Amino acid sequence: MALGLGCTAKPGKAKENKTGSWRTFRPEFLHEKCTKCGLCSQVCPEGCIAEDGEGQPVPDYDYCKGCGLCAEECPSQAIEMKKEEK
Amino acid sequence: MTGESCGLFEYGHRACGGCAAAMAARTILDAAGKDTIVVSATGCMEVFSTPYPETAWKVPWIHSLFENNSAVASGIVASLKKQGRKEKVIALGGDGATFDIGILCLSGAFERGHDFVYICYDNEAYMNTGIQRSGATPYDASTTTSPAGKCSTGNRRPKKDLPMILAAHGAPYVATASIAYLPDLKKKVEKALATEGPCYLQVHAPCCTGWGFEGEKTMAIGKLAIETGLWVNYEMEEGKVTRVKKVVRKPVEAYLKEQRRFRHLFKPTRNEPEIAKIQAVADRNAERFGIDIKLKK
Repeated sequence: MALGLGCTAKPGKAKENKTGSWRTFRPEFLHEKCTKCGLCSQVCPEGCIAEDGEGQPVPDYDYCKGCGLCAEECPSQAIEMKKEEK
Repeated sequence: MTGESCGLFEYGHRACGGCAAAMAARTILDAAGKDTIVVSATGCMEVFSTPYPETAWKVPWIHSLFENNSAVASGIVASLKKQGRKEKVIALGGDGATFDIGILCLSGAFERGHDFVYICYDNEAYMNTGIQRSGATPYDASTTTSPAGKCSTGNRRPKKDLPMILAAHGAPYVATASIAYLPDLKKKVEKALATEGPCYLQVHAPCCTGWGFEGEKTMAIGKLAIETGLWVNYEMEEGKVTRVKKVVRKPVEAYLKEQRRFRHLFKPTRNEPEIAKIQAVADRNAERFGIDIKLKK
């Protein structure tokens, strides 16, 4: 690939890089414990936790690296980290 | 799965799991919105967000060199002004780019008074190249160029007080923030962007890889830095400290013990004189900024 002077890339093209394969531990969201506060979505360094129509968090496992910040910070202990089975 | 990304900083970037700089980038763009032009210096954030031909940025973004992000931002601001355009300009740099390599261009841009916001994500060493010490590395932290061992207790110099240096340039708004308090960070970015003239924001960004802790603890470590008084969140307007986050202080070892970079202060034996020196840094911060909440007895 030639690197010209001043190279450019299309906005958000990083999305093609699916970082979910990095994961060792997988966050499991316990919907019955969730208070829908939205903190997990805010703290996720990937920004890959969305909300469904009812305000429940929906992680995108294609990108989640399994860092565990969401589980650590969840005030309701509604996220559990489970060993990934591949 | 969901298909839609949560913001202007796209996922798929290659930051370590639990990366504070990635959290900062997301929050900064969330606050700034789409009419923003970002200039990044060389550093972790630049490297993990834009391995060619990918980019995580969904706003106009430019990287030129390590040392010149403030100069590039100055040029963009001048050009926008000439064209009568209203986009906001943010220059981003790590502590290496900001405290050391880019301080000449940064000082120049602040002295000329361009209307932009400089944001430093401060992870207290050159993380991208392998954890070398910078002017932002705190006293006694072990890095690859200030290794702790028989003859050394780590970094010998105190952290440079860059916010005060920039306030001394006559910057109208200078503030510190932490990824441990994201809503506060967002508010400060909004305030800096709304203030005319060169504004500076320094964001504490604990680095799990460089400091040696598990990625899930990033926010907890950031909170401990504030709760021990080793990091102070404050705002300065027109050179005067106008707002400070107050805490009921914990002893510094609560923060130090959690990190590999300070492990030599506790193993094989506790180094009381060195721990006392770091406690003195926190005590001085507490006195200078008045962060202590006095509990009624």
